[in-house]
Amino acid sequence: MEASMLKLNLKERPFAEQIRRRIQVDVRECYQCGRCTAGCPVAGWMDATPHQILRGIQLEQKEWVLSRNTYWICASCVTCSTRCPCQVDIARVMDALREIALAEGIRPSERTVKAFHEAFLQWVRLTGRMYEVGLIGLYNLRSGQLLSSADLALPMLTHRKVSLLPKRFRGQDEVNRIFERVAALEEKR
Amino acid sequence: MTRLAYYPGCTLETTAREYDVSARIASREIGLELVELEGWTCCGASSGHATHYELSLALPARNLRLAVEQGFDALVAPCAMCYARLRHTVHDLRDPALRARVNGLLDAPWEGDVRVHSLVDLFSQEESLALLREKKSRDLSGLRLVAYYGCLLVRPPEVLAPDDPEYPTMLDRIIQAAGATLVDWPLKTECCGGSISLSRTEIALELTRKLLEGALRRGANGIVTACPMCHANLDMRQGQINRRYGTDFRLPIFYFTQIVGLATGHRAEELLLDRHLADPRPLLAEAGIRQ
Repeated sequence: MEASMLKLNLKERPFAEQIRRRIQVDVRECYQCGRCTAGCPVAGWMDATPHQILRGIQLEQKEWVLSRNTYWICASCVTCSTRCPCQVDIARVMDALREIALAEGIRPSERTVKAFHEAFLQWVRLTGRMYEVGLIGLYNLRSGQLLSSADLALPMLTHRKVSLLPKRFRGQDEVNRIFERVAALEEKR
Repeated sequence: MTRLAYYPGCTLETTAREYDVSARIASREIGLELVELEGWTCCGASSGHATHYELSLALPARNLRLAVEQGFDALVAPCAMCYARLRHTVHDLRDPALRARVNGLLDAPWEGDVRVHSLVDLFSQEESLALLREKKSRDLSGLRLVAYYGCLLVRPPEVLAPDDPEYPTMLDRIIQAAGATLVDWPLKTECCGGSISLSRTEIALELTRKLLEGALRRGANGIVTACPMCHANLDMRQGQINRRYGTDFRLPIFYFTQIVGLATGHRAEELLLDRHLADPRPLLAEAGIRQ
C-alpha cells in the first residue's frame, strides 16, 4: 500500500487554534456539506474550493491551505457564511487566512489582489480617504500591470468621474496613528 | 424633519458623486435632514477587513466617535460598503474586551451608541414610502427596473438586518412607490465582484455580464442599485464587457435616489444622470419622461 500523503497528528491543532484566536471561529463545526462552495460565485477561479479549505484547516494542512489562491480570490460576498447550516463564518476564515499570510510573509499566489489592498490602504493612510486615481496608479506600479484600467481613463475623465489631484483630509493624522498602533499590535502577536 | 449624521464615504466624493447629489435631493423630498459628519475619514472598505481585523474596526470606530462628539445618535451611510463596515463595527464592538482593544487604537475612545442606517433602510420605511407616493409628480411607468442589492446591504444578515438575505424587497418597494415598473428577477443578491474588480478584472467582467444579461432576459430596461462598487462594475465596465464577449449592452444603471429624484420632478442633469457611461437619457426620452 502506498504511504499516505497526509501526515496527521491532530492531538494538537495549532493552525485551527491560530484561526480561532484571531476570529473566534471554530472550523471543527464544518461537516463538509459543500453548500459554501455551491453558492460561491468565484469558486471556478479558485485552486481549492471553500469547503476544501475548511477541510484542510481541520486536517492542520497549514502550508497547503496558505499556498492556495482561494482566500485571495474570495470576493467577500459572504454568501458562504449566510448559507452555512453549521454557522461557520467562512468569509471571516478567508479574512483570517489573508491576515495570517500577510503576518507570516507567505508569498501570495494572487499578487495583484494583495497589491490592490496595499495600494488602497496606503492612500487612506496618506490622505485619510481613498483616492481613486492614485489608487489605480499605485496599484499598477505595485502589481506590475502598468496599463490596467487604461481603457477606462478617458471615459472616466470625460464623465467627470474622478479628480486628478489628491488632497489631505482633516483627521488624516489620527488615521495614520491608527495604522501605526495596529502595526504595533501585530508585532506583539 | 428627521436629523441624522450623514457619512458620504470616499466614492461618493468622486466616482459616485451622482449618488451623493441625488441622495441629498431625494432625502429632502421625504423629510430627512442629512448633516454631513465633520472630519470623517475612510471606513477601510474591503481592504481593511481583508488585511487586519482590528484595523477594519478602528477606522469606522473613529467616525462613530465623531458622530457622538457632534451630538448624533443615528448615522446614515448611503454607500453599501461603508454601511456594512460601520454596522460590523457597532455589532462586533458590543464585546467590551474587543471594544477596549479597538478604542486603544484611536486617539480618543468611542463611547456611547450610534444607530447606523443605510439610506435604503430609511427610504423603505412605510412613512417614507407614503411620502414618496404623495410627492410623486411624474409618471415613471415606462421604466422597467430590476432591484439589484448585491452583497453589502444584506450579508451577513445578523449584522446588516435586511428583511430577507436571499430575497430582499427594500429597494423593490422604493421602485414601486416611485411609480416605476418593478421587474422581478433571480439575481438580486448575486455578487458583481466589486472587491476584486481592479485586481482580477476578468472575474468581475464575467460576474457583471451575467447580471446585465439576467436583467435583459427579464425584460428590464434599467438596473437600480445602492452600491457605488456595483454601479462602477455595472455601468463603467459595459464597454469592456462588450469588447470581451462581443455583446452590445447599453443598459442604464441608476442609483435608487436618482429614481426617487426623477419621480419627484427633478431634472436628469440635476441628478447627474449625464455622468453615467451608459447614458440613461435616451431611455428617459423613450419612456416619455420630460427632462
